[in-house]
Amino acid sequence: MPDDNPKTSSVAPQFSLIIDNVSKSFGPHLICRNITCELAIGQSLAVIGPNGSGKSTMVKMIAGLVRPDSGRIRHLLDGFPIKPEYWHRHVGLVSPELALYEELTARENLAFANQVGGWERSRRDFDDLLAEFGLKGRGDDRVSTYSSGMKQRLKLAAALLKEPRLLLLDEPTITLDVDGTARVWAALARRQTALIIATNDPEEAGRAEARLAMGAPEGRGADG
Amino acid sequence: MVEMWAVFRKDLRSEYRTRYAVNALFLFALVTLTALSFATGGAGLSPLLAAVFFWVILFFSALSSLAQTFVKEAETKTELFLKLTAPDDAVFFGKWGFNLLLIVLLEIVLTPLFVVMLDVNLVHWEIWAGALLLGGVGLVSTITLLGALIAAANVRGALFSVLAFPVLLPLLVTAIRVSEVCFGGRSEVATGDAFLVLGAYAVISTTAGWLLFPFVWRD
Repeated sequence: MPDDNPKTSSVAPQFSLIIDNVSKSFGPHLICRNITCELAIGQSLAVIGPNGSGKSTMVKMIAGLVRPDSGRIRHLLDGFPIKPEYWHRHVGLVSPELALYEELTARENLAFANQVGGWERSRRDFDDLLAEFGLKGRGDDRVSTYSSGMKQRLKLAAALLKEPRLLLLDEPTITLDVDGTARVWAALARRQTALIIATNDPEEAGRAEARLAMGAPEGRGADG
Repeated sequence: MVEMWAVFRKDLRSEYRTRYAVNALFLFALVTLTALSFATGGAGLSPLLAAVFFWVILFFSALSSLAQTFVKEAETKTELFLKLTAPDDAVFFGKWGFNLLLIVLLEIVLTPLFVVMLDVNLVHWEIWAGALLLGGVGLVSTITLLGALIAAANVRGALFSVLAFPVLLPLLVTAIRVSEVCFGGRSEVATGDAFLVLGAYAVISTTAGWLLFPFVWRD
């Protein structure tokens, strides 16, 4: 079993994601059927489909936050599976369903994630991240005072704090202006991760190397 | 340990700035105590009745606020952030510690007010302190776990009371018996035996909460 904690690894292990024949329903509604695909560090995948097609559910299944009804999702390091309870150590997620603590400042949010995740990042790392996402000078302001675009950029900064091997972005630029969008793509280009983007924006989807089309809301299975 | 402490401090800081749980906890307790004080009209309460009143106030105050630590995470959408950042143990014991702090503060504030406003004679302080500590730990452990469980449900209030009452009933009955002695009464149950029950409940509920929490939190 390889060391799955980034902070103690001397040589970066090879991460890969395997989605094997995964299906999921909510009551009578089939969200996805027999999805199969693989992804490794440096590769990217766009999960596309109309509203309600199950893109967000697929992202949450990959993050280990929702269980598939059948099939398996595996996170591998050097070919060895990582236990699902440790997936959070290397998964970064940005989603409309995820928020940071509004009553805390941006820096306090990052510090909390750093302490509780055991990432051992410094105050300077926080400053660099905040500057990278155009939040320099606003780090000591409470998140409740941020605009929606600033909150979105801070969520990305928080997700990247742990230097995730797998980065899951659900509608990543939906609240961003042109400058914010450019910052996000520039930041992602500087990092080596396995990247999954769930979107119905063709331009966003076009940035990924491969596509996974989810089915219609009525419940047709997605073709992977 | 560092991670647990981080969750605890985050909740404390967050609570200091929002007063989300404290207001519910203390206001409920004080309003109920005031209502009881007016209702009894200065008539002396029997030790058993005083003990019942005290634990009923504590029980419903705790129900109204301690689960908020998890419900708030769900309502403000920070739950996913926490799940993807913190180890399960750190989340459980961080929030457990925060809830324990709240309940101990409430017990410290409520006891003198209760004694004065209901004109109760508290005879055995040392037994009282032990009962509050062990009873508080049992209460907090159970409510912390159930709070995580109901945070994912739609009908939170009703579900919480329904789930919590049968689980906490042995604790409440035993704590009331011990408290009756503290107020100068004669309980049918030996105090030593009752303390054993309270201690066992505290240990079992905390251990069970710790072991079951990952299933409640992740599934």
